[in-house]
Amino acid sequence: MLNCKEVTELCSVEMERPLRLREKMALGVHLWMCTGCTNYRQQVKTMREVAQAYAAGRAITTERGHVDPASSDGSA
Amino acid sequence: MTTAAASPSGAVPGTVAGISAEALVALRVDMIRFAQLQLRNAESAEDLVQESIEAALRHASSFAGQSTLKTWVFAILRNRIIDHLRTAKRTVPMSSLVEDGEDWQEKLEALFNEKGGWRDGPRPVAWPDPEESMQTRQFWTVFETCLDRLPPNTGRVFMMREFLGFASNEICTQLGISTSNCHVILHRARLKLRTCMDSSWGRPGDGRC
Repeated sequence: MLNCKEVTELCSVEMERPLRLREKMALGVHLWMCTGCTNYRQQVKTMREVAQAYAAGRAITTERGHVDPASSDGSA
Repeated sequence: MTTAAASPSGAVPGTVAGISAEALVALRVDMIRFAQLQLRNAESAEDLVQESIEAALRHASSFAGQSTLKTWVFAILRNRIIDHLRTAKRTVPMSSLVEDGEDWQEKLEALFNEKGGWRDGPRPVAWPDPEESMQTRQFWTVFETCLDRLPPNTGRVFMMREFLGFASNEICTQLGISTSNCHVILHRARLKLRTCMDSSWGRPGDGRC
């Protein structure tokens, strides 16, 4: 049985190469029982998405989303 | 050539094929930050950004307007950084990669108990919707800060992988390290980055980084 520490390593390796069948099965069994690692695995994927968005220049560096109250529609 | 004081409508001074030099200069700060995170060298970062801006102006006609100007210019900059890293062959000495690991490896170990299970504090809970957070400035500040807190060489490997899309094989070859070593470095980078992002963004009010 893999422990959480080993599973986090596997979650990273998974981002680098296809897992072997044995690794996949061991990962699957662990994730089925462990929400911590399930969340971790998702977060590793999220970090890749975020990094790719950042590298594509998607970072917000000025408050563009800010709406001037004066110019927002006046409906109450 | 005359430089008319009052330009006719449609021809903004300093504009090439719809891209104004000012719009590019406005992106400069973001570009420099992006380059510097990866190169950790202010001078080469500025050089590459300057080259990218010039290249963007030269090839303005190929900007189809399908993406935002920033996305397009960042693609140019990314390619410049990739070329720079490939040609400069500034091989990171093996020893310093090991050093990166030594100091903070213990902190990463502390995330787990003796049996290798998550300790209660660090055990991951689901993050807020990243798409929504990515619309906020605060999120990106956290992301940049956390990247900057990675040990230099670890951060460099991570950014080569995730920003520039180098295959881990190529990173290994360039840095003269084994594939498994490369995977270990990427794993530690992710563990560390996650911990930092988790405390500063993932669980607001939990202040621990």
